[in-house]
Amino acid sequence: MAKQYDLMPTVETLGDDRTMVLNMGPQHPSTHGVLRLVLELDGETIIRIRPEIGYLHTGIEKTYEAKFYQQGIVLADRMDYLSPFTNELGYVLAAEKLLGLEVPPRAVYMRVLLAELSRINSHLVWLGTHAMDLGAMTVFLYCFREREELLKIWEALAGQRMFNSYMRIGGLALDVPLGWFERVRKFLNAFPARIDQYEGLLTGNPIWRDRTMGVAKMSLEEVIKLGGSGPIHRASGLDFDLRRDMPYCGYEKFKFKVPTHTDGDVWARYVVRVLELRESQKICLQALDGMPDGPIKAEAPKIILPDREKMKTQMESLIYHFKIVTEGFTVPAGEVYQAVESPRGEIGFYMVSDGTAKPYRVHVRGPSFANLSLLPSMCEGKLIADVVAAIGSIDIVLGDVDR
Amino acid sequence: MPLEPAITDIEALKERPAVAKLLAWRKDALQAVKWDRNELTLTIDRHSLRDTCEALRDDPTTSFNFLADITAVDWYPQEPRFDVVYSLLSHQHKSRVRLKVKLNGEDAVVDSLTELWPGANMFEREVFDLFGVRFQGHPYLRRIMMPDDWKGHPLRKDYPVEGYR
Repeated sequence: MAKQYDLMPTVETLGDDRTMVLNMGPQHPSTHGVLRLVLELDGETIIRIRPEIGYLHTGIEKTYEAKFYQQGIVLADRMDYLSPFTNELGYVLAAEKLLGLEVPPRAVYMRVLLAELSRINSHLVWLGTHAMDLGAMTVFLYCFREREELLKIWEALAGQRMFNSYMRIGGLALDVPLGWFERVRKFLNAFPARIDQYEGLLTGNPIWRDRTMGVAKMSLEEVIKLGGSGPIHRASGLDFDLRRDMPYCGYEKFKFKVPTHTDGDVWARYVVRVLELRESQKICLQALDGMPDGPIKAEAPKIILPDREKMKTQMESLIYHFKIVTEGFTVPAGEVYQAVESPRGEIGFYMVSDGTAKPYRVHVRGPSFANLSLLPSMCEGKLIADVVAAIGSIDIVLGDVDR
Repeated sequence: MPLEPAITDIEALKERPAVAKLLAWRKDALQAVKWDRNELTLTIDRHSLRDTCEALRDDPTTSFNFLADITAVDWYPQEPRFDVVYSLLSHQHKSRVRLKVKLNGEDAVVDSLTELWPGANMFEREVFDLFGVRFQGHPYLRRIMMPDDWKGHPLRKDYPVEGYR
């Protein structure tokens, strides 16, 4: 049928032209990086949504194959700039599992402490940016006040604010500087009152409740089929947390609750993450209270760099140092999959060794990558204004998606 | 925890729920088993992968309800060249299993799992993009990381680290 252009188009005569295709991103402030979404719209209703990713693909998995095992820690940091320690932890645990190496208790406790501080840092950035996306500017400033203190704490420990590269295969790089534990404790003691402040700005706020409740709802069955993990499946009612249910790195020694919610919407994810902030604070305090004395590196001279002092006085240590730096260390052949509960969900390191000093293959199961496939189900058939809320509630980190 | 040698004998591992289920259900689908570093690896015949996954997912003794990960390993120049590796998790039993399918370089095709777990979609696209393994029955098998007009599959071992110049 020929179109009648002399008439004003109505809904009936539009036919296929009724829908509009809209590009959102890759440079859009609320996509948290370089995520591009292709939306097909009918008015304000989304018919289809398709994430187009790869703008941040840096070939980290390929780079791993050309690096020694100990050099890969630096790359693990860079995948997720909000929780570097959780990524490092996953990487070193996988390598230690391949090697059959056990680390001393002080290193275990320090790792748990740092992983939980990472979770706090990540959730703070998430809360601040998520609230800002939905129009609540103030929360951002409050969250970043605490985050700044955390970054300073990390800087005092590892010399870097963000990509700390502090963990080592078999232990940690350095022992803690003087006065560092007191500084962490001071931060943690003040923290619950700060969470109350964020909640005071959001939880009772009618605009916040309207923008989040019932938005981007997902049933648990859908979440699991689509591969969602972490706070997202807990917000839909699954009581499962890798830290408690499949403990790694000494988490079985810590007491904490796993917050869950049954609504499965943006609001539920907000509630779960804020409760996780409170639980992380408790785990950190337990780690500080129980922090054992002793070495921070395992006894494995062929794998772990010797202390500076020993290296300068003992010939044997000097040789080991030279060997590790120039040739790396060999790892027995085999394959492992080490999953860690990152702030975004299950981050898994699948590592294959062929018996040489470089990994044959390292694959990273990025939690943001898997969680992103939930976005179409969250948004299709809903309003375009809620896309921003849905993306925010996934807590996406594009470095983790594209790797 | 010093390393113990891997166990590859089916008889020694038949007590494990996943192995027991597969032995009782379809013996010929299971090509090899391995218990190494507290992880179970089952090598599956590529034609029965989809049915195996469905059986492991729906059986209450295993109930591997969550597909955590799909990836691949390239063993070039050996044949069969590709291992496609599936990592399944059971929330109920708090256990994991790794399924492996071996594929020849000439004929790197395996059934897609998108019907069982829609979440497999992006993982399979990634493997297709970076390794060139094809997934039969996938609804939208296109490159995901690399640009559409990219030549070659970067994670293959015969692809140089610095790319083709």
